[in-house]
Amino acid sequence: MMRDFSLIWQSADRLLDGLINTVLLSLVGAALALALGALLAIPLMASNPVLRLVSRGFVDLMRCVPFLMLTYLVYYGLPRLGLRFDNWTAGLVAIVVYNTAYMAEIIRGIWSRLERETIEAAVAFGFHGWRLVSRIILPQVMLAAGPMIGNQLIQIIKDTAFLTIIAVPELTHAANSIQAQYFIPFATFITAVLMYWALCMVVEVGVYAVERIAERRR
Amino acid sequence: MTDTAVKANDISVLEISGITKTFDDKVVLDGVSLTVARGQTVCLLGPSGSGKSTLLRCVNWLERPDQGTVLLCGERIGMRKGGVVPMGNAELARLRMRMGTVFQHFNLWPHLTVLQNIIEAPVHVQKRRRDEVIAEAEALLENVGLADKRDAFPSRLSGGQKQRVGIARALAMKPELLLFDEPTSALDPELVGEVIAVMKSLSQAGSTMLVVTHEMGFARETADKVVLMDGGRIVEQGDPEQFFGNPRTERARQFLQRYVSA
Repeated sequence: MMRDFSLIWQSADRLLDGLINTVLLSLVGAALALALGALLAIPLMASNPVLRLVSRGFVDLMRCVPFLMLTYLVYYGLPRLGLRFDNWTAGLVAIVVYNTAYMAEIIRGIWSRLERETIEAAVAFGFHGWRLVSRIILPQVMLAAGPMIGNQLIQIIKDTAFLTIIAVPELTHAANSIQAQYFIPFATFITAVLMYWALCMVVEVGVYAVERIAERRR
Repeated sequence: MTDTAVKANDISVLEISGITKTFDDKVVLDGVSLTVARGQTVCLLGPSGSGKSTLLRCVNWLERPDQGTVLLCGERIGMRKGGVVPMGNAELARLRMRMGTVFQHFNLWPHLTVLQNIIEAPVHVQKRRRDEVIAEAEALLENVGLADKRDAFPSRLSGGQKQRVGIARALAMKPELLLFDEPTSALDPELVGEVIAVMKSLSQAGSTMLVVTHEMGFARETADKVVLMDGGRIVEQGDPEQFFGNPRTERARQFLQRYVSA
């Protein structure tokens, strides 16, 4: 067993590369999904029924599609329509498209429970449109959304493991190739599991920090 | 008094005429007309549900009246082209930013500090220079006695302090008209005084104010005109001396018996 782990130590650079890719895909993916989700929440909350119907349709569709299936569609399906991405980009696109729906739903949920009065006060002071959303509504939503966005970020980190099937060199992919080379599945996978766990701990700490900021305002 | 001074006093900052508003089947406002001249403090009195707050909300078009007109310094609010076309949000905003509203439940923005609450609309709606607005906001905070709370968040303030910030926030708009919607109703009795004191000094400094209130003492001492509403109509209006001393209508007498003795 010690020999197994020393083999892994020798392949540390490959695991580290995998980890870096997992972190990059998760962070960039989550940041883009959060920004797009915030934009998508606007039509979800619109008074115009057509806007609401179309945006709701997209959110519900994404929530019913397995992430793996969406990844296949982006990587193998889209080239048929002339849209060809490399593995890494295809993985990122899948993460962003999928999680935009989830982020939008998180934001919509909190938005709809915000105190109406603070929004009405802003309207009375002449806020409207994008400035009302960006300066009064979204900041309040984001302060309340910390734990839920943290949860979703953990979900994203775990979902990046699926991208191994389109050969994105992330952590699961790296672990799999190391265990296949040396036939040491237990040591490799337990190492990868611990690395995923450490990542999630970092997210938890981040959520805690955001909660501290929000606490002062409650 | 010179001629020009008389003229200046003649300008109505607010002119409400024939406002009606119905929620479902309930008539909340039934043909209300009211004017507020420049520099005047007008107090709207009346029992709960008499339509006072709804009338105030019609002034800045948070509530859209079914009929009637609202003029701010002669400019029609809410409708254009002879009252046929409803205004868009941007157009409404241009009129709303000329008023300052103080709410019963303060409605401060919880994600912003006291100072940020005050400068938010002047900087981002009125597009005034940030450094100038900050200087004015600090002076306003000094005036309402909260200079030391500059960087506190609203959640850390008492009700009376929140409402004084609310007043400073409204004043920072340099409004032509100040609207107060029961500004002391949500406060503990011992905190009412500090807010009333600020409002009195504003009135004495010549601000134009429309105040919905249950504070009879404030109305009696400060108002240039008191208006009693009941059932969506104005029952009686006049100067406070006469209204409180010798009301003309039976309804006003009843109301005063109940509220002043209580």
